[in-house]
Amino acid sequence: MSAGRRLALALGVLSLALLVVGALSLFVGSAGLSPAAVARALAGRAGAESVESVVTLQLRLPRVAAAALAGGALAVAGVAFQGLTRNPLAEPAVLGVSSGAAFGVVLAQIFGLGLSVLQALGVAVFAFAGALLAAGAVYLIARVPGGLSIQTLLLAGVIVGIFFTSAITVLISIVDFNRLGGVVHWLLGNLAPIPPASLALFALLALVGFWLILRSARELNLLALGEEAAVQLGVNAARLKQRVFVAAALLTGTVVAFTGPIGFVGLVVPHMLRGVLGQDNRLLVPTALVAGGIFLLAADTLARNVVAPAELSVGVITSFCGAPFFVYLLRTRYRASL
Amino acid sequence: MNLVEFDGVAFAYPLPERRRSGGFSMAGVSFAIAEGEVFGVIGPNSAGKTTLLRLLTRVVAVDRGAVRVDGRPVGRLAHAELARQIAVVPQDTPRPFPFSVEQLVLMGRYPHAPGRFFESEADRVQADAAMEATGVRHLAALPLEQLSGGERQRAMLARALAQQPRLLVLDEPTSHLDLRYQAETAALLQQVNAERGMTVLLVSHDLGLAAEVCDRLLLLDGGRVARVGPPAEVLQREILEAVFGCAVVVDVNPKSGRPVVQVAWPAARERRQSGRP
Repeated sequence: MSAGRRLALALGVLSLALLVVGALSLFVGSAGLSPAAVARALAGRAGAESVESVVTLQLRLPRVAAAALAGGALAVAGVAFQGLTRNPLAEPAVLGVSSGAAFGVVLAQIFGLGLSVLQALGVAVFAFAGALLAAGAVYLIARVPGGLSIQTLLLAGVIVGIFFTSAITVLISIVDFNRLGGVVHWLLGNLAPIPPASLALFALLALVGFWLILRSARELNLLALGEEAAVQLGVNAARLKQRVFVAAALLTGTVVAFTGPIGFVGLVVPHMLRGVLGQDNRLLVPTALVAGGIFLLAADTLARNVVAPAELSVGVITSFCGAPFFVYLLRTRYRASL
Repeated sequence: MNLVEFDGVAFAYPLPERRRSGGFSMAGVSFAIAEGEVFGVIGPNSAGKTTLLRLLTRVVAVDRGAVRVDGRPVGRLAHAELARQIAVVPQDTPRPFPFSVEQLVLMGRYPHAPGRFFESEADRVQADAAMEATGVRHLAALPLEQLSGGERQRAMLARALAQQPRLLVLDEPTSHLDLRYQAETAALLQQVNAERGMTVLLVSHDLGLAAEVCDRLLLLDGGRVARVGPPAEVLQREILEAVFGCAVVVDVNPKSGRPVVQVAWPAARERRQSGRP
């Protein structure tokens, strides 16, 4: 089967799964609404002020949308960082890029930026800058002539992550805690409902990042052979790396700005896809967008319901899945390359 | 008609790398490769063979002088344009991601349509033909990791052929291969040269291979040209002993009439007498 056919088939199956999981997560939650009530609200036959309408349309629906977006963006960022660093274990959180973005967000909150669209754009800019700063630092630390070594890159990511986490702690300590109300909950990854206009901004920024990486997918395949080989095959490697670097930082920064640093999505989802589809980035990038959405949606639905009526942070669920998965990859598949 | 020209090329790596490479630099390198010939670059370790290749494929840029392909400086050509002229079969490829042979060979089609997302049917035909020519078509679906050294070499060669270049560059093509694959590789590159009229640039440690298949040789020594010419002119005892710093014996292959170079190993008895182990 040609690559194009396989992509269409995989996207079809995954989109269907996303719809099913999205619909399911609309129907479950701590409010304990009956399926019929949810269906009424969705069909617009319930009063605008009714409980089912408020819960379904104003709480659950935006949350489902945010989860799908954030998961997709993080998974695509994972594929991008893996291709860019030629390191199959690279991922926004593992590389410390999420921590850099989180630092930017906390800084923005100290300046009083909140959730209205313009302010949300401001927060996203801060997060993007933080992500760029962290990714740049990791790159400079891990760079050796001729490329990046797998071990050094992971270590550099851990170090940069710890640094920015400490910097966040410093900020929280010196600033009046009331001004940083939800920050602790948010730092664990939190998909609290986002106003529709901000959600649209979220989608727009994520799509820009996704588009830049999708355009570079074929060249990322060539980069996997090594930078010198890519140049000899006709790739402008310097420009490619800049573009993917900026786009992956944009995706990470955007997600962190709107939902907090959620770890391991960019590791788990691309690797499951690699197992089924192989290593072609032209298949991985678009499918990661959908599959990442499914994964985070499922994780968030679990987070909302597993200790109901209380609620876990979605980042806790993804880390509980992702950390063992990381260890598994490290101990089995990539043992030889370490 | 010259396909490649090096004209008074000087180059040194930036400082941190230069320290690692023991202060290597290149200066005053001039030579030309004519369209259709098989040209060899030989020389001791760190003579500048790899650097020469990097300059030609614009992985690094000259400090002084010019590297021209088809009369145009390589720095002025777009990346894809240069890759349509020159294809490189590298020594080895680091691969953390297990691509299949077919995916690898299809990558050779990139410079012909860099804006395309998926390869076209015509690209696929070219890739199939290239795999057929190097005898790896039956391995198309296998990941590169599962191939033997010889098969991997032929897969890389197929990728270079799929690129349809005018100049095929082989970097140490026989370094990991046993005798049979060395013979096959030599036959294959002569065939490519004869049947497709492709110009071949062979970079090698293997003086025997270079002498047998090349029309002309460039002997490099410490980043300078020691000698350019037909194998019989370059592979002379005095020249080689000066460049490699050891005693050599130059014979003639009775079958091909080409020179055969061997290290003049001290006889075992002499070694014992001089007190060395």
